[in-house]
Amino acid sequence: MSFFGRLTWHAIPFDQPIPLITSLVVTLALVGLAIWVWRKGWWPYLWHEYITSTDHKHIGIMYIVLALLMLVRGFADAIMMRAQQSLAIGASQGYLPPEHYNQIFSAHGTIMIFFVAMPFVIGFMNFVVPLQLGVRDVAFPTMNNVSFWLNASGALLVNLSLVLGEFARTGWLAFPPLSETQFSPGVGVDYYLVALQISGVGTVLTAVNFVTTILKTRAPGMSYLRMPVFCWTALASNLIMLAAFPVLTVALAQLMLDRYLGFHFFTNDGGGNSMLYMNLIWVWGHPEVYILVLPAFGIYSEVAATFSGKPLFGYRSMVFATLTICIISYCVWLHHFFTMGAGGDINAVFGIASMIIGIPTGVKIYNWLFTMYGGRVRFTVPVYYLIGFMLTFVVGGLTGVLLAIPPVDFVVHNSLFLVAHFHQVIIGGVVFALMAGYTYWFPKAFGFTLDERLGKAVFWCWFIGFHLAFMPLYVLGFWGATRRMQHINDPTWAPWLNVALVGAVIIGLGIVLTVVQLLYSIKTRDQRRDITGDPWDGRTLEWLTLSPPPHYNFAVLPDVHGEEAYWTRKQTAIKEEKLIDEPNYQPIEMPVNTPTGVIVAFFASLCGFAVIWYIWWLAILGLIGAFAIFVWYAWRDEHEHIIPIEEVRANARERRRIRMEHLHTISQST
Amino acid sequence: MKSFACHGELMRFRLHLASMRRVACFVAALFLTSGCNRGILDPVGPVGAAEKTILINSTAIMLAIIIPTMIATVAFAWWFRRGNSKATYLPDWEYSGAIEMVVWAIPALTIMLLGGIAWIGSHDLEPSRPLKSTVPALKVEVVSLDWKWLFIYPDQGVATVNQLVVPAGTPVSFRLTSATVWNSFFVPQMGTMIYTMPRMTTRLNLQADRPGVYEGISSHFSGDGFPGMQFQVQALPADQFAMWAQSAHGGPALDGAAYSQLTKPSSYVKPMTYGAVAPGLFDAIVANRAPSGPVPPQQHNQPLPGTKA
Repeated sequence: MSFFGRLTWHAIPFDQPIPLITSLVVTLALVGLAIWVWRKGWWPYLWHEYITSTDHKHIGIMYIVLALLMLVRGFADAIMMRAQQSLAIGASQGYLPPEHYNQIFSAHGTIMIFFVAMPFVIGFMNFVVPLQLGVRDVAFPTMNNVSFWLNASGALLVNLSLVLGEFARTGWLAFPPLSETQFSPGVGVDYYLVALQISGVGTVLTAVNFVTTILKTRAPGMSYLRMPVFCWTALASNLIMLAAFPVLTVALAQLMLDRYLGFHFFTNDGGGNSMLYMNLIWVWGHPEVYILVLPAFGIYSEVAATFSGKPLFGYRSMVFATLTICIISYCVWLHHFFTMGAGGDINAVFGIASMIIGIPTGVKIYNWLFTMYGGRVRFTVPVYYLIGFMLTFVVGGLTGVLLAIPPVDFVVHNSLFLVAHFHQVIIGGVVFALMAGYTYWFPKAFGFTLDERLGKAVFWCWFIGFHLAFMPLYVLGFWGATRRMQHINDPTWAPWLNVALVGAVIIGLGIVLTVVQLLYSIKTRDQRRDITGDPWDGRTLEWLTLSPPPHYNFAVLPDVHGEEAYWTRKQTAIKEEKLIDEPNYQPIEMPVNTPTGVIVAFFASLCGFAVIWYIWWLAILGLIGAFAIFVWYAWRDEHEHIIPIEEVRANARERRRIRMEHLHTISQST
Repeated sequence: MKSFACHGELMRFRLHLASMRRVACFVAALFLTSGCNRGILDPVGPVGAAEKTILINSTAIMLAIIIPTMIATVAFAWWFRRGNSKATYLPDWEYSGAIEMVVWAIPALTIMLLGGIAWIGSHDLEPSRPLKSTVPALKVEVVSLDWKWLFIYPDQGVATVNQLVVPAGTPVSFRLTSATVWNSFFVPQMGTMIYTMPRMTTRLNLQADRPGVYEGISSHFSGDGFPGMQFQVQALPADQFAMWAQSAHGGPALDGAAYSQLTKPSSYVKPMTYGAVAPGLFDAIVANRAPSGPVPPQQHNQPLPGTKA
């Protein structure tokens, strides 16, 4: 084995212009951006306020930026797939040969789930949960930063496969035996395994962090049944993460042992059994869906209550439904392989268990419906997404229940019907929520609102684009079209595939408009400032503090009375025409910044890269480096810095002054 | 069909645009073909027909709940919009036991009904369950290879590649395995698909009542040649099937060398017929004792325990 293991000049795909040019352009753009930031003198700010930050809000923003960047990558894969399927029909082989096309659909799924949906959801939990709980940070702020950078490290490795070597050609779950060395000898599956192992560590740490934060650190008076529903869904989601991600880690570790050390867990030879992997991966894979969709339900709950001007209908029912889903989500994994030949009893039990999830989910839909009943619904962008979601998701639920009926699954399993179904729940459920949340909490993060008109244009692009892109796939699924086809044999599918392509283009337009909306809103930010910190007439504690909130969130931890902590307080103030008495301010201890996360992730990336290419000396070096950083961090002297009382008091008084002015405006207007 | 034709007329009348007219006719045609003569919505045997019935009944049951919910969503949101002074504002209304009971009961009852359908359906249509028939079932052994299908007829002593010939109206009892990675055997118009897995055997029972030619595919991704893994099912009247089996004996023999040749990766393979098959070939493949191309043979000399038969 040479000094650089398997890595040679052949790893660079000189013969494939698409990945080569793409990576070249992206690299140049990133270098250009770095130089621009340096010329502007923003590096120190970025380093102190974001890269090394232990502030949950800034870490949350970094997660969402990562998710949006990866969304562009994952979407590029999507549009390439749609274009290929529209072109490669009948005699034509299209523009992507199988070895390239198969990488693209594998990368699309991997990136969209692990590096778009996950960081987006985790980003919101980071930004919102401590604020809603009325506390100053998460339980383990440094670990939080480490989690983020490990996730980013995984994303980096996946994207590196574009220019060095190849990505997996085995689908987003890398089923063995196809993913075993015998059938996939290249580096692609190794990129997949290593990237997911590294980001998986970050995800488990996140779960530990948030379960602890929600269970152990809440504002005084914030009992469990006074927590906002988003916090409840975040708790449920993190509990599932904590239970499910280790299973993924084990499954992938076993596959790594097969590939690296000649084990026989899932091989055809030596007594291996690939059905075991199928079980393990779905024991993680199905709960993963609920890791994503439960916080999405939380976002809809916040949006529904706020913009209807009314408390959430059936709060306790919602909490109960959330926890029911949390538990049952772990008992349904077998529905992903009804066609493996299990008997009628087993298939029926898992089918019915899967359907039962439909009950609490249905209850949630009705509760949002009755939240709007008797309200004063403001048709803002988040409400567009809420209604769009309710209309789209019930149909996704219908097709989901169909797939849960074993005899129906026998004819639509693995088909484009299935592809349409899960995109319907992931886009209609999760992505719509993320876009709603992005619009809803943006002013809290940056102190100004996003442009409403462009936001609605983005919504329509997603809504119309989604339906055009995926409704045809249901039809094709009924015709017997299966997924992952690099070439289409039947020319009569062409019209539907072309409609789907048009849909994908419209979604792409929506993504472009999202960028336009952001730039335009930044440009016109002075006209759209959120002075009061409460731009939507909110009900939960994040709207109590200023926008953007100070590092420490609250000068004094709020006292919570009732289910809607901030709403109650606001109504009292309006009624009495005065704020609560000025509290006794104290100096605040906050965790110091630390480069631990970014350095650990650097070494982890190095180690991961080395493992992929069999550069063993570098792998050892990476491991030692990462470990050394932990030791160095453990020996640190300084844990926290003190925010002096003067600063706290000055900021708090400024906030009170703004609030008083606001109160006067309200009382004059009524 | 009539409503589509009428709709087409209407559009023709209103829009004097030739292109629009073509699009409308085309869409109508597509819907008709989708509903009438292809895929899982046009089953040709009892399994597919039963599955289609369950699919349609379940969809209808759920639509009865979902459509009113969708209408209520839009209606509630619109009526209770902020600008509507006629709507009553109930700023503190957040709970109603009666409504709670109803909103838990509606999905629960629906799921109980559908759960019953699922329970009965998954027992009645268990893939390994033999179909009821007065005619004895035809045995076929299916092997997925990179990237083609081998069909062995143990009783007839013949084999085919990428072409499954069956007698119409006769149950077909399949045993399936894979000589490579996983695949899934699927003939949409006949119903139930099932995985083919290396070192394991699955069972499936299907029947085509209507003579004809039906498309079959692999519906589980299996590598680069995967899209070229389709095959044709020819359902012949019983007497013609017997004639076909007789004439098939004229083809070349599927011996060790021919099988080894067959295991070499290839895609979009034209149908072939073998006039004779080495006895026990299927079981040898399941036990990993059959000669094969890509893996060095010394790695799999011994049959291993734990193989499901």
